[in-house]
Amino acid sequence: MSSSTSRSERRRGFPFAALVALAAGVGLLASCQESEFTEAETATIASLSLDALGPLPPDPSNRYADERLAAAFGATLFFEQRLSRDGNVSCGTCHKIDRQFQDDLPRSVGIAETNRRSMPLADVARAPFLFWDGRRDSLWAQALGPLEDKREHGGTRAGYAHFIGDHYRDRYERIFGALPDLSSVPAAASPLGDDGERTAWAALPAAKQEEVDRVFANLGKAIAAFERSIVHEETRFDRFARVLAAGEEPAGDAVLTEQERYGLRLFVGKAQCVNCHNGPRFTDDHFHNTGVPAVAGLPEDLGRETGAMQVLADPFNCLGRFSDAPAEACGELTFMKAEGPELRRAFKTPSLRGAATRPPYMHSGQIATIEDVVAHYTRAPASDGGTSELVPLKINDRERAALVAFLKTIAE
Amino acid sequence: MTSRNRLLIGAAVVAVLVAIVLAVQSMMTPPSDLDLARSKATAGGLYVAAIEPDGGTVVQNELHAWTLTVTTPAGEAVTGATIGVDGGMPQHGHGLPTAPAATELGGGRYRIDGVRFNMSGWWELKFSISAAQGKDDVVFNLSL
Repeated sequence: MSSSTSRSERRRGFPFAALVALAAGVGLLASCQESEFTEAETATIASLSLDALGPLPPDPSNRYADERLAAAFGATLFFEQRLSRDGNVSCGTCHKIDRQFQDDLPRSVGIAETNRRSMPLADVARAPFLFWDGRRDSLWAQALGPLEDKREHGGTRAGYAHFIGDHYRDRYERIFGALPDLSSVPAAASPLGDDGERTAWAALPAAKQEEVDRVFANLGKAIAAFERSIVHEETRFDRFARVLAAGEEPAGDAVLTEQERYGLRLFVGKAQCVNCHNGPRFTDDHFHNTGVPAVAGLPEDLGRETGAMQVLADPFNCLGRFSDAPAEACGELTFMKAEGPELRRAFKTPSLRGAATRPPYMHSGQIATIEDVVAHYTRAPASDGGTSELVPLKINDRERAALVAFLKTIAE
Repeated sequence: MTSRNRLLIGAAVVAVLVAIVLAVQSMMTPPSDLDLARSKATAGGLYVAAIEPDGGTVVQNELHAWTLTVTTPAGEAVTGATIGVDGGMPQHGHGLPTAPAATELGGGRYRIDGVRFNMSGWWELKFSISAAQGKDDVVFNLSL
């Protein structure tokens, strides 16, 4: 037998063996993917349904959290544009009531453009840490940040205290008791303001600073009380999941198409989306480096690495003097992972409910379409800093389209 | 020799495909032979450690506490131990999402506060135990 025959046989033989094996492999994969949901998948799907969402837990750090008067006052404050340096910016500017309380922009614009994408607010009261980097640990502490950020509302806590005294004294005092005497407080003063505002703040006696801080904290607590009422609405997926859990055949507005069911199966399985996007809010409330690229021209953004330090230092955190919680109710902060390489460029897992209809995506609007987001997660690029947790996935075009189709069922 | 080569190559291709399928599955499911014992001897045999979650069941996405009980192999309670807590998800290459801490309850029992599991799958809870008898470690597997 000549060696050339042998080589030619090998050339013929190899593709044949490979084809047989490939067919067997594809058959094995396909039989997993296309069949109906297994018991384990059905259980995971049920865990994603809004039916699995328990009652909203209390916020011990905010004693006004569930007071109706506070929530009503908070709603007024949320849409009050005079709570800004230029009189044009309210919370509702970047958290639009008819747009899932976000603004459709890559980076939000208050008085000026910020570095981050605004987050939707449905069920935000359940998040242990707020902002993309978790730099605040309660909804009320979160609300205070933008009020003094010079690119957002741009005001000062002293200015806000005066504004409340001038325009909302009755409503404030009915909830929080008497406003302090502000006659010695400058019109603009804050430890976070510009040079003049910081100097004015530093000139105030500590007791007066604390009185102003308390008014400021109370504004946050009222806004938080309002925001606790913003919740996720039932979607077609939730109806499907309910019927599936009951072992019945979905009908009418509970039907998921074959492609959507395939996408759901990939979501809870091979595509591994459910690792982080789990539970009825489709988030694990944690922070992950997923290799989302930095935005050219913006300052370095280390994400959770910076956010963890900031929340520990925040005077309005759960352990601070303006919190109503006993220390033992501050477990999220007390046991927070404050350092480690995995914090670098880690950002909060956003809920995927409604995500399909609110582009652009990621913490600074880096990705324009939901299709490109799915492509990002299957490609798993290296991170611009720190290490991405992602691993590349073998997901083909048809599977990507199915994932997108499924994501739309939790956005309608 | 050629047909043997063909067989070998074919087998290799099948093996690679099976490995890919298993690898994909392994990212999602814990190994089937995982030791899920809640009570075991520490690695060096200095102690016997047992863990129990508050409320009896392991919860996901909620901060919760465990009780760690440490005894000598003879069954005597180990008190005054310094307990270190670590862990993570071996299949994902990440640690615990929180920084749990231990408080001594007495009688060889230690409360482990601040535990959170933010994903389902295979988790490890690791304890380093330092007491009069010496330092030893133990790793518990959990399947969520």
